[in-house]
Amino acid sequence: MMSFGEGGLAIAFAATAFLCLFAAALTTDSAFAFHAYLGAAASIGAVVAICNRYFSRPADLPPQEIDGRPNYNFGPIKFAAAASVFWGIAGFTVGLLIAAQLAWPALNFDLPWTTFGRLRPLHTSAVIFAFGGNVLIATSFYVVQKTCRARLAGDLAPWFVVLGYNFFIVIAGTGYLLGITQSKEYAEPEWYADLWLTIVWVVYLLVYAGTILKRKEPHIFVANWFYLAFIVTIAMLHLGNNPALPVSFAGAKSYIAWAGVQDAMFQWWYGHNAVGFFLTAGFLGIMYYFIPKRAERPIYSYRLSIVHFWALIFLYIWAGPHHLHYTALPDWAQTLGMTFSVMLWMPSWGGMINGLMTLSGAWDKLRTDPVLRMLVVSVAFYGMSTFEGPMMSVKVVNSLSHYTDWTIGHVHSGALGWVGFVSFGALYCLVPWVWSRKSLYSLRLVNWHFWIATIGIVLYISAMWVSGILQGLMWRAYTSLGFLEYSFIESVEAMHPFYIIRAAGGALFLIGALIMTYNLWMTVRSTETAEIMPQLKLQAAE
Amino acid sequence: MSLWSRHQILEKNSIVLIIGILLVIAIGGLVEIAPLFYLKSTIEKVEGMRPYTPLELVGRNIYVREGCYLCHSQMVRPLRDETERYGHYSLAAESMYDHPFQWGSKRTGPDLARVGGKYSDDWHVTHLINPRAIVPQSVMPGYPFLAQAALDPSEAAAHLRANRAIGVPYTDEQIANAAADMKAQADPDSEGADAFQKRYAKAAVRNFDGDAKRLTEMDALVAYLQMLGTLVDFKLYNEKANLR
Repeated sequence: MMSFGEGGLAIAFAATAFLCLFAAALTTDSAFAFHAYLGAAASIGAVVAICNRYFSRPADLPPQEIDGRPNYNFGPIKFAAAASVFWGIAGFTVGLLIAAQLAWPALNFDLPWTTFGRLRPLHTSAVIFAFGGNVLIATSFYVVQKTCRARLAGDLAPWFVVLGYNFFIVIAGTGYLLGITQSKEYAEPEWYADLWLTIVWVVYLLVYAGTILKRKEPHIFVANWFYLAFIVTIAMLHLGNNPALPVSFAGAKSYIAWAGVQDAMFQWWYGHNAVGFFLTAGFLGIMYYFIPKRAERPIYSYRLSIVHFWALIFLYIWAGPHHLHYTALPDWAQTLGMTFSVMLWMPSWGGMINGLMTLSGAWDKLRTDPVLRMLVVSVAFYGMSTFEGPMMSVKVVNSLSHYTDWTIGHVHSGALGWVGFVSFGALYCLVPWVWSRKSLYSLRLVNWHFWIATIGIVLYISAMWVSGILQGLMWRAYTSLGFLEYSFIESVEAMHPFYIIRAAGGALFLIGALIMTYNLWMTVRSTETAEIMPQLKLQAAE
Repeated sequence: MSLWSRHQILEKNSIVLIIGILLVIAIGGLVEIAPLFYLKSTIEKVEGMRPYTPLELVGRNIYVREGCYLCHSQMVRPLRDETERYGHYSLAAESMYDHPFQWGSKRTGPDLARVGGKYSDDWHVTHLINPRAIVPQSVMPGYPFLAQAALDPSEAAAHLRANRAIGVPYTDEQIANAAADMKAQADPDSEGADAFQKRYAKAAVRNFDGDAKRLTEMDALVAYLQMLGTLVDFKLYNEKANLR
């Protein structure tokens, strides 16, 4: 018989398809109509997929356990892992293009869809939410099952999360190109995409917490605390930052409920904690599972992880105002933001120490295992950017660094070095595990990836340090007669060589990721003929 | 030790853990955000501030759509070099009708908070079509398509109404005449121009894009750029008034 979930979801999608077609018929906005048709097509596709699956599946749903061992659900994880590689390549490529546009503006082509202003949100969303988000979903679904010794909660729900999230990415990305944006950095998608993401995210939380509730282990493993904090906090931030009133329910444009200084504070409360919880807490969950697993050592200190966790999530939330130093935000709020940002240095380094020292007694593996090296170097980059961040949040430093490329360099030492490398390391572990392959296709290629990408990062961040500080100094330089020494355009001109070096660094990072894609593809393909293994065998990795 | 073992309550009970996380992450935001809605310095009223005209509002939406805020800030900081380069530092009140705010976070190009009136309309039109025609070293994209895109004033009232619902004080009269006002602001010879200026004190009425026959996105964007930072008259502004 069709389960309640299957029937309910099929009806809900049918209703959504109808709603989308209705909106498409009413609207005068062609970009919105495109999204409405996409929504209708995806909903109809979902109904067909649910019915197809129902008619081809055995009468009983998959068992929770087979022969007393958990029957892990790896399908959604495989999809999210593959999607993360795809979006990663797309996001890095767009990043390289916009880096080149700043060096050679002719590459904007002066068309609406190809200018820097529309491509930059495409780049940031593709790398943070599409690449990073899929890595987080894939790893969190893997870690929660393994550490709870339980099958993922829900039957269709995990698929709904993975596919629904990626549909959100498609809507967001195509929207930017068509000029649909609410201009809140890292929260650009319009009201209807935000609503859809809210639904997907609530189901994500239910699947995740539901799996923890089913656990066979008495304790909730530390990685799950971080994943939970990431999921819960992102929900809060998303709801706080995005309330908006659409001009019409058959149009894309909306106006954000908050205005001016309140909107600015909401935005950077959201924006900095997208860094703190999406790009940090979530990826710390990866660190706490994959590094001990790969190094085959226990986590260095259990107590340090408790202190790390609570201190990190408490302090991070306060740090937002450091994006608004010397603005019209009241001084007390700026000072609070600065103070907490500096304090944040401590739990950040506590976490770094906990990750690095997990290698006690296994340091020799850094020579032989390039995957472990990638994971460990990611933690080193984490330490570096979590020192640089508090330093830049100090008001006097910020008066120089704010509005300059230094910020861009700082973000990328965290994004490429920490988030990128820990994701690559996790994917190199995860793909052989979930596809039940003996090992990666080639460790030599991992080594190449590691070195090429590392050189790329070093080129990138050092170019941005120089250009950012140069820019800041030129803006505030005075002649001996007390006049501003440089016009603004002279500072733009001075950036040119550094923008070329930065683009070269980005190109190397992209080449590294392409090598990874080939390596992972060959890993999945390697024993393709011998793939028919019973589900039971999948537990071999544990 | 007791404290460490008490942490096991959280480790063994997922609901308690989630509630604990929620409590811990709620505090910072509440302390930093809630006061901004009632503190005098963040909700002060300053002489001269008025809601955007329908044409300026469309221009602002184009500014948002094209992602101008990604390279141009609209927030002059109270630092010597900035006030000399750009003008008086920005006040909270100057963005009180901005849904969303456009302070920006990066200056690949210069700050625009007070760009209004610094250059001629003609300069802006030429510069937007091809920035390097005026500033050879510029890395800004060209926006020639704005001059070709016709504006449809029919939805102007709906935009004003949405803004009023979230707190921008548009009057019934302004909403009723929104479409006519949008056309009138770019057509100084039209009959509606006088009525428009009564509804929006000191708003500029000009043919912004130089093409008298058509109302284009270029009209709207230039109208918006030319009013940026011009509403508050700093000769009259008393900056001591809000010191506590």
